[in-house]
This record gives sequence, C-alpha cells and structure tokens, in this order.
Amino acid sequence: MDLSTNYLGLQLPHPLMAGASPLVDDLELVQRCIDSGASAIVMHSLFEEQIRGEALARTHYGEAHADSHAEARSYLPGLDEFRLGPDEYLERIRRIRALSSVPVIASLNGTSEGSWLRYARSMQEAGASALELNLYELETDPHESAAVVERRALEVVQSVRAVVTIPIAVKLSPYYTALAHFAGALERAGADGLVLFNRFYQPDIDIDALEVARTLKLSERSELLLRLRWLAILSPQVKGSLAVSGGVHEAEDAIKAIMTGAHGVQLVSALLRRGPEHLARVLSDLREWLEQHEYDSLEQMRGSMNLKRCPDPRGYERANYVQLLQSWRFELD
Amino acid sequence: MARFITVDGNEAVASVAHRSSETIAIYPITPSSSMGELADEWSSKGRTNLWGQVPEVIEMQSEAGAAGAVHGALQAGSLATTFTASQGLLLMIPSLYKIAGELTAFCMHVAARSLATHALSIFGDHSDVMACRPCGFALLASGSVQEAQDFACVAHAATLEARVPFLHFFDGFRTSHEVAKIEPLEDATLLAMYDERALLAHRSRALTPDRPSLRGTAHNPDTYFQAREACNPFYDACPQIVERAFERFAQLTGRRYQLFEYSGAPDAERVIVLMGSGAGAVDECVERLNAHGARVGLLRVRLFRPFALERFAAALPASVRSIAVLDRTKEPGALGEPLFLDVLAALREARELGLAHWSGEPRVIGGRYGLSSKEFTPSMAKAVFDELARAKPRNHFTVGIVDDVTHRSLEWDPNFEVEAADVVRAVFFGLGADGTVGANKNSIKIIGEETELYAQGYFVYDSKKSGSITISHLRFGPRPIRSSYLVRRASFVACHQFGFLERYGVLEYAEDGAVLLLNAPHAPAELWDELPREVQQQILDKQLQVWTIDAAQVAAASGMGNRINTVMQTCFFAISGVLPREEAIAKIKQAIAKTYGKKGAELVERNFAAVDSALAHLHRVEVPAAATSKRGMLPPVSPKAPEFVQRVTAAIVAGHGDLLPVSAFAPDGVWPTGTSRWEKRNIAAEIPVWDASLCIQCNKCAELCPHAAIRAKSYDAGALAGVPGTFKSTAARGKDLPGSHFTIQVAPEDCTGCALCVAVCPAKDKSNPRHKALDMLAQAPLLAAERENYAFFLEIPEADRAAVKLDNKGVQLLEPLFEYSGACAGCGETPYIKLLSQVVGDRLLIANATGCSSIYGGNLPTTPYTANRDGRGPAWANSLFEDNAEFGLGLRLGVDALTREARALVAQLAPALLPQALAEALLGAHVANEAELREQRARIDTLRRALAPANSPAAARLAQIADYLAPKSVWAIGGDGWAYDIGFGGLDHVLSSGRKLKILVLDTEVYSNTGGQQSKATPRGAAAKFAVAGKTLGKKDLASMMMGYGHVYVARIALGAKDSQAVKALLEAESYDGPALVIAYSHCIAHGYDLALGAEQQKLAVGAGAWPLYRFDPRRAAAGEPALQLDSGAPTPTLAQYMRGETRFRMVEQADPGRYRSLVAQTERELRERWSVLEQLATPRPAATTPSTKS
Repeated sequence: MDLSTNYLGLQLPHPLMAGASPLVDDLELVQRCIDSGASAIVMHSLFEEQIRGEALARTHYGEAHADSHAEARSYLPGLDEFRLGPDEYLERIRRIRALSSVPVIASLNGTSEGSWLRYARSMQEAGASALELNLYELETDPHESAAVVERRALEVVQSVRAVVTIPIAVKLSPYYTALAHFAGALERAGADGLVLFNRFYQPDIDIDALEVARTLKLSERSELLLRLRWLAILSPQVKGSLAVSGGVHEAEDAIKAIMTGAHGVQLVSALLRRGPEHLARVLSDLREWLEQHEYDSLEQMRGSMNLKRCPDPRGYERANYVQLLQSWRFELD
Repeated sequence: MARFITVDGNEAVASVAHRSSETIAIYPITPSSSMGELADEWSSKGRTNLWGQVPEVIEMQSEAGAAGAVHGALQAGSLATTFTASQGLLLMIPSLYKIAGELTAFCMHVAARSLATHALSIFGDHSDVMACRPCGFALLASGSVQEAQDFACVAHAATLEARVPFLHFFDGFRTSHEVAKIEPLEDATLLAMYDERALLAHRSRALTPDRPSLRGTAHNPDTYFQAREACNPFYDACPQIVERAFERFAQLTGRRYQLFEYSGAPDAERVIVLMGSGAGAVDECVERLNAHGARVGLLRVRLFRPFALERFAAALPASVRSIAVLDRTKEPGALGEPLFLDVLAALREARELGLAHWSGEPRVIGGRYGLSSKEFTPSMAKAVFDELARAKPRNHFTVGIVDDVTHRSLEWDPNFEVEAADVVRAVFFGLGADGTVGANKNSIKIIGEETELYAQGYFVYDSKKSGSITISHLRFGPRPIRSSYLVRRASFVACHQFGFLERYGVLEYAEDGAVLLLNAPHAPAELWDELPREVQQQILDKQLQVWTIDAAQVAAASGMGNRINTVMQTCFFAISGVLPREEAIAKIKQAIAKTYGKKGAELVERNFAAVDSALAHLHRVEVPAAATSKRGMLPPVSPKAPEFVQRVTAAIVAGHGDLLPVSAFAPDGVWPTGTSRWEKRNIAAEIPVWDASLCIQCNKCAELCPHAAIRAKSYDAGALAGVPGTFKSTAARGKDLPGSHFTIQVAPEDCTGCALCVAVCPAKDKSNPRHKALDMLAQAPLLAAERENYAFFLEIPEADRAAVKLDNKGVQLLEPLFEYSGACAGCGETPYIKLLSQVVGDRLLIANATGCSSIYGGNLPTTPYTANRDGRGPAWANSLFEDNAEFGLGLRLGVDALTREARALVAQLAPALLPQALAEALLGAHVANEAELREQRARIDTLRRALAPANSPAAARLAQIADYLAPKSVWAIGGDGWAYDIGFGGLDHVLSSGRKLKILVLDTEVYSNTGGQQSKATPRGAAAKFAVAGKTLGKKDLASMMMGYGHVYVARIALGAKDSQAVKALLEAESYDGPALVIAYSHCIAHGYDLALGAEQQKLAVGAGAWPLYRFDPRRAAAGEPALQLDSGAPTPTLAQYMRGETRFRMVEQADPGRYRSLVAQTERELRERWSVLEQLATPRPAATTPSTKS
C-alpha cells in the first residue's frame, strides 16, 4: 500500500509524524519514535520569550551578587560555560539529525522580528528540514485590532521566508476571525503549509488559594472535530500542505484527517500517553484499514471529505445545530 | 609592543600555578579562594598545563585535608600546588613540616591574611605566613600583581632545583584583589624557567612499588638529631638557586629581581626594610624625599627564608646609619617582630663575618604597620624616616594607627602627597548590588588592554550582605602604578547612590576642581536643592564640576532593571577625560559585545541602549554661588544611642573607623551586643504595608523576616495610650493570644525590602486577591509615619513568655533577640536564629562557626544579638571555623562546672547562711518551662539578697555565680561547610559525647560566605564552584548518620515549608537532656533565584522529598515508640519542578540536558530509597509475641 505523502515539499513514506512535544528532549525517546516509523520529527517550539527571560534571569542571578562582598567574587559558577536556550535547541536538532535520515521540523515562537530571523536562520544551519512557525500570541491589548495582529503575522512569515530556503509551515490557533482568508494570505506571504491547530496552556483557578493555576492537559479525541472542520474548509482552497495536530490518537482519527485534506498527521498526546511505539500501531492500523477498504493508495482518499468533495458540505457549515441535537438524542437511544 | 593583561593578583598567580601543576588540592578561604576557583574553572574548561595535561583540581574538607592531599600527591611524584591563607595556612602547618622535612619540591601560594585573635579579620597582613617560619619552607614575598605572577613562576622553578618547598606569599586583598595591568608570562617563558632535569629528579623520588622505599620512619634519640641536620646543604644552596632563577627570569622577560633589593639614594643614611606590597608606598616616598634632597632608601626583602646573609649585607648601602624594619605582623611578648629580629641578627653576624661594608653600627628600630590591610601610605613611610632622623628614635613603634594607651604610634602628616599629576584618580561609591565594581573592573580592562595607559583598581567593601557599600579606587597613568594604597584625592568622584551623600563623606575624596558625577532621582535643575548643606559647601569650596544622571530611570527604560552599571560606566568615560569620548564609547560597546555576546543578543542590545541613553540623559549641573540647603547630613547612629555606640560604633558606621585610637577598644575583643538597632540603614525602596482588616494573624511574615524588621505583638488596650495617628491595631483573633489587641508593624528603616513577608502572607482580599494583608509600597512616603509607629510599637510591653503558647504562631509574639543583621535581603538562615532567640530566649549561649552566620552575627560595625529589658540575651562567640562543635561543648562544660559549683555552695551555705527552705527550693527546682524559669530566677534574687549581709568568701563566690542555678542553653550554630565538612569530626565527637549541647546547622547546601563552593551538603545536579558541571554524587545524609547513634535528638526542618514542625523540633531539641542536631533548610543567594520565593521553594523541596521533614527523639524510643516521626509525606514526582526554579540546577540542565535528566532520575530514585528507610524506621514494631512452640 502506498502511504506516501508530500508534506511541505518533503517526500515522506507516510503522513504520521511525532508532533511537537517534550519527547524530543530525550534522544532515547526520539530514537524510539524513529524506530516506530515516524515519518518526521517535529521539535517543540523554541520560545524566544523564554530564552530571553532565562538569559536575563540567569545573568541577573549570576551577576546580582557578584563583586558585592569582599569574601566572594560571585556566588554561582561562571556562566560562560553554559549553553543558552538557542544553542541547546540547535544542538538537539543536530543530534536528532545525526540519528537517522528522518526529517526534523524545527519550531519557533518569537515575539520580535529580530529573533524570528536570527533563530530561523540558525535552525536551518543546524540542519532543520523545515520550519514550523508557531505564530500564536495572546493578544490582550484592547488597542490592537485583528487586522494589526494579522498583518504582523504576515510580516513575520515574509521576513522568515526571505532568510531561509527550507520549507515553512505556520502553526495556527483556531481563534482567527476570518481564518479562511488569513490562510490564503499566509500562503501568499510564503508559507508552504499550515498546521491546525495549536493547543495552549489553559489557566485554571484554585478557588481556595485564589491563585491562577497553569495546566496543560493532554488532548482528547473529541478535539479532533474542530480540526477536521477547518481542514475540510481550507483543503480545497490552499495550494500548499495541511497538517493536523491535536486529537489524533488512533488510525481512524488519522484517516478522518487525511480525508479532510491533511498531508501530515502529527501525534503527540497519544505518544506521550502510550509511548512512541504507539505510532507503529497507528501506522499498521492505517495500512490495514486502507487495504481492507481496498484503497489504491493513501493519496486516493486525501481530501475526499473536504468542503468541496464531501457529499453534504452543509455538514461543515453552520446552522446544523438542531440536526445535531436530534442525532445526539438518537445516539442516546 | 609587549602584550598586556589586566588581572588581579590571584588570577595572575593562579595562571602560573595551574600551568605548572598536575594536582591541585584546595579549600576555599578568603582572600585566596579565587585562585582555587579559577584553577577549577580552567580545568573544567579543559585548559592544560605546560605539559599538555589538564590539572586535577580537588576541593578538600579543610586546609588540613588539602595539605595532606598535596603531600601525598608530591610523594607520588606529581607536581602539586595549593592556595590558602590565614587559619587555613595554620591548619596546613603539620603537613608543611612533613613536606619540608622530606625535601619535597613544592610551591604553594598564600594570599597573606590576618589571624583570628581578639577578632577575626579577612584582610591582609603577614601574621599567617610568619607563623610558618620554622616549617622549613622558603618564604618568598611579592609586592604587586606583576611581581606576584613573576614570583609564582620563580618559586615553582626554584623549588624543583632546590628541593626546599616554597611558600610564595603576597598581601591579601592589596595584591590578591588589586586589578592591575601586567605583562603576562607566556607558556614558553614558564617552560624555559623549569629545569627538565630537576623535573625528572622530582619524578625519580616518587614513592612507588617499582622502586620500593619507605618514608615517615620514627627515630629515637640516637638518630633523629643528626638526621635532621642532613638537610642543611639544601637550605645553604637555596638562595643561590633563587638568584639564578631570578637571573634566568630577567633574561627571558627583562624584569630583574633580587633576593634583597635596594632602591633609593646610593648614599642613603636612613633605610626602611620591609617586604610585601608596602614597598610600593615606601618607594614613592623615597623618590619624593630624595628629590627634595634627602638621602633615604628602601631595602625590599624578597626571599625571607632561607635568609641570605651575604646578599642582605651587600644590598645595604655603605652609607647607612639607621634602619627601620617594618613588620606586617604582631608577636606579643617578643623582643620584636620576626623581620626586625632577623635584621638585628643579620647585622651582628655580618659584622662578625666581615661582610659589613658600612661604617659604624647602624641604629635599628622596628615597627609594625598595616595589620589587617590597614592603610600604609607614603606619608606613613615618611613618618618612619622622620623617626629615624630623630636623636633617639622610638623602637617597637606602630604606624598607621593612634596608640593612646602605650603611646607607641608615630604621627604622620595626612597632607603629605606624592601622587603624580598625570595620573587620573577616580573614586566610585556604589551599592553591592548595582554592579559598580563589575563596571569598574570592566573600565580598567578597557583602558589597560586597549590603550597605552597603565591601570589599577582596588575595591573596598563593607561587611553587610544586603545594601552593602562598595568604594572603587581606580588609577590610570602613563607609567606602571606602584601606589599600594587607597586613592585619597581623586580627580573624578562618582556617587552611584544618591542616599550615600547624606551618610558618608563622599566628597572627602575629591581634589579641588574634580569632576563629580551623581546618580540622582532628581531633575538637573532640582538637584542642588536636594543636596545636604555640607555637600553643597564642599562643592563650592573645592570648585567641583557637577554632572548628574537619573541612572535608575535610564537603566529601567533600557531593560536593565536595577543594574545601573553600564549607565554609570558610560558617564564616567564621557566626562572623566581618561579617553577621548567617542573612542571610549566605542570601546564600551565592544566590551559589552564581548561580555554578553555569549549570554544572548538581547542582553547586548539592552546594554547598548543603556549606553546611548546614558549619553542623552547626562547633564551638567549649574552650581549656585552659595550653599542654600536647610538639610544637613544624617548622624551615623541615633542620638539616643548609648555612649559606646556614639563614640565607637558611629565612627565605624560613618567610615571613620581608622581614626579610632587604641583606647576605644576592649583589649580582649569583648564587644557589646544589641548595637544594630542604632544604625538605621534605610535600604528598602519598598516596605510591606499591613492591612489589619485582612490579616489572619498567622505571624508568618514575622516568622520568615530575615531581619526581624516586621514584628507581631498582642497587647491590651491600655498600651494604646498616646498612640500615633497612623498606628494600626486590631482585635486579637483567637483565645491563645496574650492580649486583646494585635498589631503587625514594620521597621521601615531596618527592612531590606526583600518581600519574603509579602510572598508568604496567605491573607488575600476576596474581591481583589492581588491585594493581601501585606503589600509592598514605596518606603519614602511612609517613612516618617512608620518610623514613629515602630518606635511606639517597640514601647508596647513585650508578651509574657509564660503566657504565650509556644507554637509557630505564638512564638512570633515573643521578643526576637536577634535583629537587623547585615544578612542578605531574603536570607534563609537568619529566620532560624531569630526563632531560636525567641524559643530559648534569654538563656542562650551561642558558639558560632565562622561563615555567613558569624559575619552577619559579629562583623563590625554593629551586632545583631541583643538583650531584653532585663538585660539578658544571647551571649555569642566565634572561635574558629573548624572547632565550633568542640568550642560549644567547652562552653557547655564550663557552664556545667559553674552550675555544679553554685549548687555545691548553696548546699554548703545552708542552713547557716541561707534559709534551708530556699536552698532546698533552689536545688530541687525543676525548670522545664518559662514559668518555672521565672520562679527560679526569683529564688536566685532572694538568694542574692540573703547573701548580701554575709561576709564570707564562699558567699561572695556564690553571689557571683548564682545565676547558674537557672539553666542555660548552649547551642553551636554554623553552616553546612562547618557541619558536613571541616567541622564534621568535631561535630560527630561532640554528639557522641552525650553532653547537652545543641547544634543548629543552617544548611544552604553550599559554602555561601566564600562564594558558592560545593560542600558535601550540595545536592546532586546542583552547580557550584568545584562542581561547575553539576555535582555528580548525592547530598550527604548527615541526619541519618547521626540518628545512627541512637542517643542524639535529630531533626530536619524547613521553616518555609512547615513552621509548626520547625518550632516543635527546636523546642524538643532544647528540652532533650542530651545532644541534639537540628538541620535547617536555608535558601540562599547562591541558589540563584528571587529569595522572596524562598518559602515556596522550601515547600517544593519538601514535597519532592529532597528535604524530608522528620524528628528523631530518643525519648520516644525509651517509651517504646519509634524514635523517628515523619513530618512530611512520601516524595511526589515534583523534583524536576523544584529544581527548575533555581539557577544552580537549571544551568546544569542547560549545559547538558541528557546528563541532567539522568542526575535527576538518580536523585529521585535515591530520595525514594531514603524515604522508604525512614518510613521503616518510623513504623511501630509489632509487639513481641511469644514464640510458638508448634513446629
């Protein structure tokens, strides 16, 4: 069965890849992902904000008390010896690249244009096969309009496009007012593909301590549905690649994503829960399903259920609330 | 052109030593620590020695250990070295005798420092080195950074050939810490200096089973003496070997040195003989005096041992008529100090041997100078020359102090100046935390390495660890700078903290017409009016050119936080005229790029922005014609302070301690307690403000305050008479409180602004949780009112100790007898000491190991241990670092002896002189709580009254020691460096003794005071000096080891995690009739995070099992229960989260994430294992059952 796919111009044996997760921090786990057949390894984001914050904090705590007392030059060992955020990240790209020929997709979340360019270039130099730009920022400024936010994102894509030659994917959040329009603009700005969607830390509240608690829960399969809808909507429209991220746990989920137009399928929570070897099971289930259902190739089903080709496009559109409730009740019976 | 570097003496020496050694065993001690640290840093970077090998650097448990290790390494045939000072050198002495006695080629480097006598001092003199005279080491003295480097090389070279071990020394701080521009020694030079055959010979003497031999035999009277004399030829030959090494060195480098080096008039009649850095000042004086027609000279002693008589005689000018020998040490009771006596002997012997080429018998006087880095200036040297010119010069004089007791001090003329006009002299006043010293070191580097100018920097620190002042003394000039003393008249003076102007004589340093740079939070036009009148007058009198910048604002706007260093450095270059402005700015930026390039582009950009913005915000201030200010400078201490504090403490606080005469001090080092309350430092920008309506009266704020600067009191309404208008009071909550009212009050001038109290405050406004019962607000607007409120608060009667429930909450209502120390803002140690002072109160004797707790506990000017209204309070003493447990035990034994004596006297004097009932009550009293203590003290008062009419010696003796009939509590306090490492043997022994000594270990898991070197308490995965890549092995489990004895009360506590357990543990330890060990988790600046979150980290540490809480009480075992009680839960999988919050761990993770993960995993495993052992120990054993007879 031909499961091959072309994602961002990368010819991959199949669409199942290890998505952005802490797995990549451990080379042994990465090796297990590769051994399980992952078609690509997506690095988790290099958060510019974190790097900057850590560099400043480290320098602050290293220097704050230096040369302040006669008995000590400093209170922590010299910091020169320690690699900083980007170096650590770049080194990891190199090491994963050295493990096998599986493509490595580096990911970047920046907050200033300078850092986007600097880090993007470094990632390419370190051997990244493609870049995933994690554009999400939480916009809390009441004076900033959606248009400004979108324009800034497009500028980032344009400028990164200008400095790297490797393919660029843009990982989006679902919270855009006019996502279909924005997706087109991103392509025109130079994006080779889109990843749907980012998942975030969600603040929770500790009602006793009156504190905000940060949580990140692993995805549930139910989250796939939002992604399927947008894959279906964007699939007929975009020229580049689409990938799904969030809610793919079993082969059935992957099949749905591919049917709605995905070129790449990123697994994260399922691998964190069940180990990297789960990818091999999903892959074999996928192959088996295609064989059982007598598909010629994976390509045959890609986009079969998108907005343009599915039997009833209204299913993806709004105003189906009542029907859903009815069907829901039906299921309960 | 020769290559130049700017380094301090320690780095210059360490560079040579590291390249010339294979094995380096050290133990940190000020001021030598950085030599070992640098060596370790270089080795961890893979830097090799001259022979391509990376030297192994090992930190030992003490200097005695380091000396033992190098002794072994040398015997094994390797090239070894060590670095030390002061008490550390004393601890090495036994090994030094061995190393010398075995004729071992060995060179060690000593940053010479005072010894602890009447007081400890970290500063420089030759007391330590002089204690080593008889060891058989060659003693080679260098006197400047350049010399220190050069002599390090010469010493390593000479010892190989001589087989006499060398102790190369240089003055602690003055040379070890002075940053200077020097010509570095290249590898090729070093290699050319070291004799290959001598190296092979050293190897050939290695102790090896391949050529077995035996050393360390024991001799009898028949052989020891003559065998001891067998080494003589080596000592005879040693001076010539050094001389040849100096000659070889001169050929290689052009720098020429001699064993005894004379400079000055060839026909000098008066000569000063001395060694070390003081020669720089004398040299300048000699030049000046000779230029004005005098005939004086200086004889520098380079090689003090072996003393080369011939060379000494030859070096003295034939014209010499009188000699003053200056010793930088004191030998009480001796006929004179060592160098003086040697010179006397040398002159006599030279005469006998016909080596005296001078006519007549020169008059010789000896004097002491420069103890503990006391300033030694050309003016003082002139005073010595003047004394030599007198008809009857005084012998055994001192210079540099005013001795109004034995009148031995020489007077000197403070206006005698020799500094050249073409030398730029600059003085900077900064705050420890504002980066001033670092920026100045950077400026010296820029000027020293990028221009033709020579540069020198010396940095003076006060002894506080929070809000400390630094004074930087910089010189830049066209010639090498010899001035081995502080700048006194500067052409540029900068005050980086505006508040200093009203406290310290900043402008005393300015010469007429100098440039004055002020960092001020005021607009240029308003600045003048903000200056104290004295400052205005000095500006006018000296016609100073005044510039100002609001550096805090510029730094903040550039994203630099409170680091004003780059801003102020830019201003210095812009207006000091040291370099052309444009050139200087370009060089600053280059330096920034170099320093921060590796640390992140963001840092470079922010610093660049700060440079540009500094230039835009620097303004010249128009100086009016007359002083107009109504405000004067602040007095250094409160006018209400006692006489001693007014006379002595105030002078030290104001920076005028040098002017205090001998009579100001007790001759035995005794000092009053309770003086910190008189120094109001006002260092907090923000202070906590209390909202009584939200407060739940948990007292955690007071409990964790490191400085006793926020306090709780419960009192009755009557106490509120005359209350200030803004004083806050509320109804007391709960029945346990001793009064009906309650107040939390901040000491606004003593608070350091650490915000720990606010971080631990659990009481939030339900509608606006951002607002808590404590919020940090700007201090300035609150100061006047809160000062008045605090004064009122202190007058409210203290809680009755007998009436307060002794739990974590209640204890905080008791008066702390440890307050306002100079500990770091947010310190994790001091809350425990304060708590102990509250729990044990006024019957506490403390033996304090040297370290942070002895510095904030007893470093002048002020003393934080204080007394209550009865005049009772902790009595405190610091003996040494290594002997503290033994010292504490000695205190216990001494107290017990006096108690026994008092009891015996009571028994003896009753019933004749004492009512039998009183005697019985006194002897039979059971004192287990505050009420019983009070009763016993009342009986003692009655006893004294009963004894008053009696006129027998026994009655007088009893009256004197009657207080010992009430129990005293003896605690030994110290850090982990003491308890786990250097003092462990003593601690172990003392605990094993079963005596009633209590030990409190303030465990910061690292040597805090000397700057973050690893101890055996350092946990796996933490970076520390000597474990730069993160410690591989786990933390030593001291508590478990001591639990093994069975009879020792042991507890591990963490106040920020579980205060109730901590208080319980201290109370149990105190009440236990035997030895107790309490190990307290103490967060520390060496952990690298905001210490306001210290309690938070403690909770995480406890939760993760990194710091399990438990109490092991032998009394419970006696009662048939498990002695061990666990007070925290099983480790949760949060270790990584705990560790991630601290730089010490995080930097290891970043350096090597894979290795870090395995270290964390290993630690998790180990913590679980240790926990399961603890759990087993804490599980009640099933009652023994009768063995079954069935089979």
